[in-house]
Amino acid sequence: MINAMTNTQPKAIALISGGLDSMLAAKLIQDQGVHVEGINFFTGFCVEGHTHAIRRKQHNKPRRNNALWVAETLGIKLHIIDVVETYKDVVINSKHGYGAAMNPCLDCKVFMVKNAKDWMQKHDFDFIITGEVVGQRPMSQTKNRMPIVERRSETQDILLRPLCAHHFPETRPEREGWVDRDTLLNLSGRGRSSQIAMAKEYGYDDYAQPAGGCCFLTDKTYSRKLTDLWLSRGERKYELDDIMLLKVGRHLRPRSNFKMIIAREEGETNFLTGYKKRYTHLFSTSHGGPLVLIDGQLHEDDFALAAEITARFSQGKNAPVVTIDICQKDKAVQTLSVTPCSENNIQKDWCL
Amino acid sequence: MSHVVIDTKNLLCPMPVIRTQDAISNLQSGDTLSVLTTDPGSKIDIPTWCRINHHSVLAIEEHDHVITISIKVGEV
Repeated sequence: MINAMTNTQPKAIALISGGLDSMLAAKLIQDQGVHVEGINFFTGFCVEGHTHAIRRKQHNKPRRNNALWVAETLGIKLHIIDVVETYKDVVINSKHGYGAAMNPCLDCKVFMVKNAKDWMQKHDFDFIITGEVVGQRPMSQTKNRMPIVERRSETQDILLRPLCAHHFPETRPEREGWVDRDTLLNLSGRGRSSQIAMAKEYGYDDYAQPAGGCCFLTDKTYSRKLTDLWLSRGERKYELDDIMLLKVGRHLRPRSNFKMIIAREEGETNFLTGYKKRYTHLFSTSHGGPLVLIDGQLHEDDFALAAEITARFSQGKNAPVVTIDICQKDKAVQTLSVTPCSENNIQKDWCL
Repeated sequence: MSHVVIDTKNLLCPMPVIRTQDAISNLQSGDTLSVLTTDPGSKIDIPTWCRINHHSVLAIEEHDHVITISIKVGEV
């Protein structure tokens, strides 16, 4: 296929999440002779990536970035874009509302398509591909809501959804003959059998399984922790470190002025160690145990409680006395000998 | 030819890849780059990114939990 205006091969930028659908969408267009490159947006809430790098118990699977794997399998370039700062507005000021958790899926899709359009214009590409399927997701992929994406991102004529194109009017790539509409699909619904059959046909057998989505904002526990963060600070704001730390450890808020982030295993302790210089932290010196970070302000009358809780999660939890060091920025280390908090004294409503 | 070192220690996937990508966008073909990282996933992700973007990984070394990935920039 040739772009008649420029007499060159048409170029498409494909939103690549790392999942199967966006991979198949890119493949369908690639097979028509279109030059395809991938784009992947790092929002800070991506499930893969950071999470697989932190916890040791998850290391039984190869630690790969699925978007990179998709790109290499398709033989296309992948551009990974850091959108952590600009994405904050999507999370904090959702215009179309949240899903079952803090997931602003429709706003998110608008944001990504709009950013892909900006990239496309800057790099002289012709159109955008997504792996969306009508009816697959209640928030963002319904026949009524999908047109909102192209309207708000102003991509009406250049946004092509190869897996469900027949449910929508022709787009410019089809009218111009860059893409043959007859080769595009009319998939709908939440079923996966068509996609799995296509993957088998193409010989893709190691694609990422859609286990729980690719965004932490769809996770109710994570969203509860994010809401707690905002409530405790009195404002809906976050930095990358904040949302990273919400992914790690056991989170307890014994008092409104501080939260404890307690590593659950060695990988999490190693990760939290990188935050020791900036956060008040506690650990046992008499017994093995986790590193505990304090988010918020730990006052002197909180020391004993924080130390007792830290002791509870150490290997000395049944010992009569456990020694805990409390390290605060620019202050001398305080050492307390405490009796570990009993299990019954860990209040349920402390656990986030 | 120039040689650049970038420090991505304590950053996790995909940030080391993004920093590598951004650094290479300012380099010329034949320049070299050393990426310092503590994320074990980088040992897979950065070479994958290099393969799909036609750059060469010259070496991967690890000392005291710090991984150094040496890259020669291909055509940019």
